[in-house]
Amino acid sequence: MSEEKYIPKSKIAQWFDSRLPLLSMAHHLREYPTPKNLNYWWTFGGILTFCLITQIITGVVLAMHYVAHADLAFESIEHIMRNVNYGWLLRYVHANGASMFFLAVYIHIFRALFYGSYKAPREMIWIIGMIIYILMMATAFMGYVLPWGQMSFWGATVITNLFSAIPLVGEGIVTWLWGGFAVDNPTLTRFFSLHYFLPFLIVGLVVLHIWALHIPGNNNPIGIDIKQRSKDTVPFSPYIAVKDLYALLIFLIIFAGIVFFVPNILGHTDNYIKANPMVTPSHIVPEWYLLPFYAILRAVPSKLGGVIAMFGSLFILIILPWLDTSKVRSAVFRPLYKIFFWILVADVLALGYLGAMVPEGWYLFFGRLATIYYFVHFLLIMPILGFKEKTLPLPTSISEPVLDGKN
Amino acid sequence: MKNNYNFFLVAVSFIFFSALNLQASEKEISLLKTNWSFKGIFGKFDRGELRRGYQVYNEVCSSCHSISELSYRNLSEKGGPEFSVEVTKNIAASFEVIDGPNSDGDMFTRPGRLSDKFVKPYENIEASKAANGGAYPPDMSVLAKARKGGAAYIYSLLQGYVDAPEGYDLDDGVYYNKYMPGNQIKMSNVLSDDLVEYNDGTKATVEQMSKDVSSFLTWAAEPSLEARHKMGFRVILYLIILATLVYFSMNRLWSRIESKK
Repeated sequence: MSEEKYIPKSKIAQWFDSRLPLLSMAHHLREYPTPKNLNYWWTFGGILTFCLITQIITGVVLAMHYVAHADLAFESIEHIMRNVNYGWLLRYVHANGASMFFLAVYIHIFRALFYGSYKAPREMIWIIGMIIYILMMATAFMGYVLPWGQMSFWGATVITNLFSAIPLVGEGIVTWLWGGFAVDNPTLTRFFSLHYFLPFLIVGLVVLHIWALHIPGNNNPIGIDIKQRSKDTVPFSPYIAVKDLYALLIFLIIFAGIVFFVPNILGHTDNYIKANPMVTPSHIVPEWYLLPFYAILRAVPSKLGGVIAMFGSLFILIILPWLDTSKVRSAVFRPLYKIFFWILVADVLALGYLGAMVPEGWYLFFGRLATIYYFVHFLLIMPILGFKEKTLPLPTSISEPVLDGKN
Repeated sequence: MKNNYNFFLVAVSFIFFSALNLQASEKEISLLKTNWSFKGIFGKFDRGELRRGYQVYNEVCSSCHSISELSYRNLSEKGGPEFSVEVTKNIAASFEVIDGPNSDGDMFTRPGRLSDKFVKPYENIEASKAANGGAYPPDMSVLAKARKGGAAYIYSLLQGYVDAPEGYDLDDGVYYNKYMPGNQIKMSNVLSDDLVEYNDGTKATVEQMSKDVSSFLTWAAEPSLEARHKMGFRVILYLIILATLVYFSMNRLWSRIESKK
């Protein structure tokens, strides 16, 4: 976005800004021209930033009290819950915060899918976003291992074992990941270290994500470029900032409802049983936000095939900007894509549901069906639609439909 | 601005997703129902229930089950049974605690103090297994959170001892219980009417004792429950008021934009 050059008023500020342009950056963030037709689906970027900061702050304090040792971790969590001042609050915010983080990120991703926010010239924003998402899953998975309950232990065992599917070096890699010949204390301590480290990597990528966003500027619900800055955009502050704040507060009400009244609803009861390598739970499930991928993993009859399908399902998201051949961004003007979009949403929800079930009989059948559809959507439907679909006429500018009162 | 209902959609889909996740485990038989005072937004523990529950735990359960995460001081803390400090000190002192080593390098026993953790019935898990036919009587610190159904599960299980169905093969030292997953439990039916004598005159039926001890174990697993409910109500009220104010400010602010035709 081209903007007029900002010059601070006072001499001291000018001196400072010409050496380190922090004031110019603050000015840019404040005045950043934002399409005025953004709807509430665009508020999740701010919500996600809030989630990340909340996770880091609560996490840093929790780490002061947590003990990363196979014999003590489970008890140290109870120590936090009982003896640390407001420890229960910190832990419940952190544990449920992960779920809220994923809820928000899924909405954020599906919003991008609906409005074509991943298309040129925004491919870098999307790719960085996908890397953030993958790192989030890794971080959350390792965080779930830290309480060293039954699901922690067996979840870690199942997921790390996936790498043994790699031909020739698989077994070696698993031993290397574990730091031994089974999931044990070395696994726990390295997971703790990485769980503490990865969020800061995510912070760095979020900065790049926002930086990349500020080059072309926001996409918007009708998906056309800004024609006239004065008519089509509003300054980020105060217009978008206050809208983001309102959305965040609504989000926080739901968040608080879970933390204070049903803090264990998203967790598995078995994780309140201390890890026991001698007793396998009857049914090992990951946290809800990983279930769609778990379903894909188990849909394929061979172990290696399942692992390839699971990582493949993420990889095709990264190359999505080149799989989508349509020139039109927003699904608002793509009647067929709109239908397929909602089918995809239903498909991913179905995969999530099936990921939680025992893969037998009909569950397995539908798991396979939903997995195949997932790949068909991205690898066949999206490329073909771009050529075949008859899109609706686009408005000439953002201000036109806004003034018609349909945002 | 008319997209407010989108948040409703978000909330609904989230609840839908979590409900799916909840259902996702093996089908279960419905547990016995009773009124739990600690359920709901304003839920609090019933002090009498917690005190009686402690009595049942102390006189019955504690001969096999430990609660390693509770300290005696917790019994006098706010939101729990709230015994007076004097009573709690006496409770603690009635237990022999192993301490040491002293300056001669020997371990010694002394009466318990408020700061001591609940004394365990067995030195270690192996000892508890040896004394109970190979089955480990689980530690009860977070038992109410470690079982599906929580308090209702414990309440039902304690009343779930029935004769095994015709032709059901039970090993020696294994009992049939309606509510135990797999129906086989190594704990015998320990409760019988008037097994304990309540100080407050409540009649000690099996149902009453089951309820009292289930409440007690819920508190033991979640001593901060009352503080949590209280803070939660305030936080949500605050957020609703703030969100309302922000909503109207936002509308006021944005009205400038839409009128600038």
